[in-house]
Amino acid sequence: MIVLLEVKNLHVKVGDGGRQILRGVDLTIDSGEVHAIMGPNGSGKSTLAHVLAGKQGYDVTDGTVLFDGNDLLALKPDERAATGVFLAFQYPVEIPGVAGITFLKTALNSQRKARGEAELTTPDFMRLIKEASVRLHMTPEMLRRPVNTGFSGGEKKRNEILQMALLEPRLAILDETDSGLDIDALRIVSRGVNALRNQDRGMLVITHYQRLLNHIVPDKVHVMSAGRIVRSSGKELALELEEHGYAAYDVHAA
Amino acid sequence: MPAVRETVDRVRQIDVDRYKYGFATDIESEKAPKGLSEDTVRFISKKKNEPAWMLEWRLTAFRRWLTLKEPTWARVSYPKIDFQDMYYFAAPKAGASYESLDEVPTEILETYEKLGVPLREREVLLGIEPKSPGVAVDAVFDSVSVATTFREELAKAGVLFMPISEAIHKHPEIVRKYLGSVVPITDNFFATLNSAVFSDGSFVYVPEGVRCPMELSTYFRINERNTGQFERTLIIAEKGAYVSYLEGCTAPMRDENQLHAAVVELVALDDAEIKYSTVQNWYPGDKDGLGGIYNFVTKRGDCRGARSKISWTQVETGSAITWKYPSCILRGDGSVGEFFSIAVSNGHQQVDSGTKMTHLGKNTKSRIVSKGIAAGQSSNTYRGLVSAHRKATNVRNYTVCDSLLIGDRSGAHTIPYIEAKNSAVVFEHEATTSKIGDDQLFYCLQRGISEEEAVALIVNGFVREVIQQLPMEFAVEAQKLIGVSLEGSVG
Amino acid sequence: MSAEPRSMKTEAEQGLAQQFIAARDDLPGSPAVAERRDAAFALFERLGLPHRRIEAWKYTDLRARMRKALPIAPTPSVDQVERTLAASSTFADLDHYRLVLADGYFQEPLSDREAMLAEGIEIATLVEFLGSDGTSSVEALHDPEGAGGDAMIALNAALASDGVVIRMPDGCLPSKPIEIVHVSTVGTPASAWFTRSVATIGAGAKARLLVSHVGPDGVAYRSNSFVAVDMAEAAEIAFVDLQSEGDAAQHVTTFSAELAKESKLRHLSVASGAALSRLQGFVTIKGERADLSVSGANMLSRSQHGDITWRIDHAVPGATSRVLYKSAVADTAFGAFQGLILVRAGAPKTDGKMMTRTLLLSDEAQFAAKPELEIYADDVQCGHGATIGKIDETALFYLMSRGIPRTDAEALLIRAYLAEALAPIGDKAIAASLEPILAAWPEQRAL
Repeated sequence: MIVLLEVKNLHVKVGDGGRQILRGVDLTIDSGEVHAIMGPNGSGKSTLAHVLAGKQGYDVTDGTVLFDGNDLLALKPDERAATGVFLAFQYPVEIPGVAGITFLKTALNSQRKARGEAELTTPDFMRLIKEASVRLHMTPEMLRRPVNTGFSGGEKKRNEILQMALLEPRLAILDETDSGLDIDALRIVSRGVNALRNQDRGMLVITHYQRLLNHIVPDKVHVMSAGRIVRSSGKELALELEEHGYAAYDVHAA
Repeated sequence: MPAVRETVDRVRQIDVDRYKYGFATDIESEKAPKGLSEDTVRFISKKKNEPAWMLEWRLTAFRRWLTLKEPTWARVSYPKIDFQDMYYFAAPKAGASYESLDEVPTEILETYEKLGVPLREREVLLGIEPKSPGVAVDAVFDSVSVATTFREELAKAGVLFMPISEAIHKHPEIVRKYLGSVVPITDNFFATLNSAVFSDGSFVYVPEGVRCPMELSTYFRINERNTGQFERTLIIAEKGAYVSYLEGCTAPMRDENQLHAAVVELVALDDAEIKYSTVQNWYPGDKDGLGGIYNFVTKRGDCRGARSKISWTQVETGSAITWKYPSCILRGDGSVGEFFSIAVSNGHQQVDSGTKMTHLGKNTKSRIVSKGIAAGQSSNTYRGLVSAHRKATNVRNYTVCDSLLIGDRSGAHTIPYIEAKNSAVVFEHEATTSKIGDDQLFYCLQRGISEEEAVALIVNGFVREVIQQLPMEFAVEAQKLIGVSLEGSVG
Repeated sequence: MSAEPRSMKTEAEQGLAQQFIAARDDLPGSPAVAERRDAAFALFERLGLPHRRIEAWKYTDLRARMRKALPIAPTPSVDQVERTLAASSTFADLDHYRLVLADGYFQEPLSDREAMLAEGIEIATLVEFLGSDGTSSVEALHDPEGAGGDAMIALNAALASDGVVIRMPDGCLPSKPIEIVHVSTVGTPASAWFTRSVATIGAGAKARLLVSHVGPDGVAYRSNSFVAVDMAEAAEIAFVDLQSEGDAAQHVTTFSAELAKESKLRHLSVASGAALSRLQGFVTIKGERADLSVSGANMLSRSQHGDITWRIDHAVPGATSRVLYKSAVADTAFGAFQGLILVRAGAPKTDGKMMTRTLLLSDEAQFAAKPELEIYADDVQCGHGATIGKIDETALFYLMSRGIPRTDAEALLIRAYLAEALAPIGDKAIAASLEPILAAWPEQRAL
């Protein structure tokens, strides 16, 4: 087991001198571990996910993020992806006119190329995609449709996990993957995620509700509040939060 | 997707001025004396050995032209054109017409080979894509049609496909009946000029009930310096006939502006259908806006018969200035007009393009899908008119005009005119202008796709609805062209 | 003022020139104003009456529709004005201040100047304003930005006889809406008048301005009014233009506004009168994060001709504009909507949307729409939409199946269709006072 992600004292503002969102986040994820971050709305959970993936519009004012021992913040978003950081979006983006398959193949081959690996041939790619989509109950027809366009909430989330399965990241960040899912979809998605757990891969599951963690059982649970991780513990912490809510952590009120 | 891959690879290979068709062919040519007068018109007519009625038609147009003023309403600006300072006719010297491919000068054949136009039927028949039904090609080099392929095969089906100069001799009754019947010689400054001096172009006649067995195609090439190109295309689909026609255009890189003022007339009779596709890649000028083609074109289709259909698809990536509005006159009851357009502008290009859907008949329908992409310091305008006349009841139009801006020095404009003269219409128009969404870009980047590739991907998605209208071979080519045209605009 | 005469002046243009020469010395204003008027008329002479080849007037050919010049209206008697006002009450159920302009002249006895002053709102008449020295008086006659040589605005500047100049100080919060009524009395022969009014709204002031136009039926009078609003930072205005001119009138009105940072303007026009009407609006957004809404209900029947033309100029980043026009056109009437959203290179993050929807209610009704986008900044979200069609047969059938007779069902649907344009004004009392006009129109039409 090695240290995969090491976040130290991370301070982040929204762009153009805006509000301070993260106020000193510390977080270490080892390979093979699944961490969950829970917290009230506005506590900075999604900001952390966006900053790790390199989204524009945020200002890192202090702190470091090491991924595999290298400075993650120095990389562009596509370079981060190629080194193995994957973000499953809370709101997967629609790209009209671009077929899902085209998108996936472009992404996969871009990453392989960036890593100096050979690009996949079409038959190999099709075989991969077929296997993965069966597991996630996705039809070939869905993949021929433009990316996320006209998809239901559940379809979009399944599509995210399918991409994760194909891109085989080292670190998967799941941002509110449970939002907008009914119980059946939640099961399918969770099964997809669990199938991807292994010794080399770390996961960071961001969620507001404990429900998801019944399906994706974490090794560690963190509570985030007002831009900091205020408590870390084992999976039992999730149940405690479910019972008592976030009231005890609502630093905003203070 | 391979096309995207290729687009990107192609982009990388292209030099700064990104125009790979910019070579000139060194061939001696015969020109009309510089400038425009009745004598020029007579010279052209004589060169083509035209009958008296044709000369008379030209002279009428020329006299009319003298009374007209150059239009100024389009959102384009360019120095005044000196119509006396150019040549109106240029032909490769060896002879203005060729009986067979063997007579065509080698240089010209080589030019078309370089351009990837399959002139030799043999090559096509043995071709790389054996399943392809083949494309019959008419190639227009400067003012003259140099070759028309697949003629025999077409003749078996009864389809006439030949240079219009030849049709004037061989099928005068058809030409006289239809020439100028859609775009009258009085139509507009540039069309009238074309009527006076047009040198060649394609002629297609599809007899009643015939479905043209293959795609027809014309490849236009301007080679000569200081030469205007004025081709004239006439396509007639008799009752129940169907034809799909493609045209492609290129020109060498030259630092003067060259005028291209074509006229295209389509006539569809009862239940006939004409599909007309253009991939326009005239030389756009260099990165400082020097040189390039002035593409001032009048294209109009007349849905003369009941239930006829005319569909325009255009991919406009070239020219310094594009001024064109392929239109449909929906005269026959139940006729259908379509306009699918992609207009890409970069550098200093100026595009003012769109369509007119004139609903005259009952139960007529039209659809407009326009996708404009403006990059660099270019200006990209959609201008359209949808009108329903008093007696045109139960009429529908649906229009979508989307513009994408890349970089903050370009302009995108949308100017639709929507006019209803009776209540039994349903007109719906929607337009948007935006840049590539930050969210879309981030989503692609997060999946490991580079910014340049992500933009190409999103742009391809943006234009997909139009690309799908093109025949397969053209679709791939068009997608590549769009990628190449936008090179250097990202980042 | 000796601009080159155009080779072929129409009879109306010649008449106007004679009138201007005759009226010139009696028109109010300082010498600087007189100079401005001369320049404005010279411009008019150069341009002539608008016609179809003038793109901004493409759908309203005044050269063809104003055959002869009408005499300039004399000052009416208070009695005449009161009678006309009584016959056409506007905003009757709304408690409001009123400023009355009749046949082009301010009516002191009928106006609430004093009461408004008590709330800190200064009112001058245009005559008072132009009479004073200094340059600010000439300002009142300036062209709106972006109008770029509009003949009817030039004519207004040359011939404006009166108007009101409203100055609302910073933070002013008037307790009631302020109405400027334009009244035309019965004149024999029919006459023409020109007014110009200007409102300056101080920073953070919030007010409701109502502009109305009323006049007698059966008289072919001509009105040419102009209202300019200059809004300082964070000012908020709900502005209504209610056009209920007499059925033979020719009505041209110009609205102009400049929006400073974070100011908010909601403009609503409701038009059902006049034989020929043209509302042209020019808004320049000069301050970041300004918020503009323009909406309108346009009712045209008989052989009415109605033209709405807007130009919205986004000159700075981050502003929002929304346009929603609903029109209903019946009988042999003709309607036109032209609307331009211009986004300058210095105006990224602009959010501009424009929608025009039209119901054609008879086979001979006509409508033309020309929404335009002219965009020079890439980081924008702009769009427009236009629909023209007839009444929704499915909805009609649904209502009829519930026992509502066809004409009633139609009236109900038309009213609901038009009423959507009232919501953006964001003021329930104002919307409620206009609602009856929309409700009455389909019924009047059925008669």
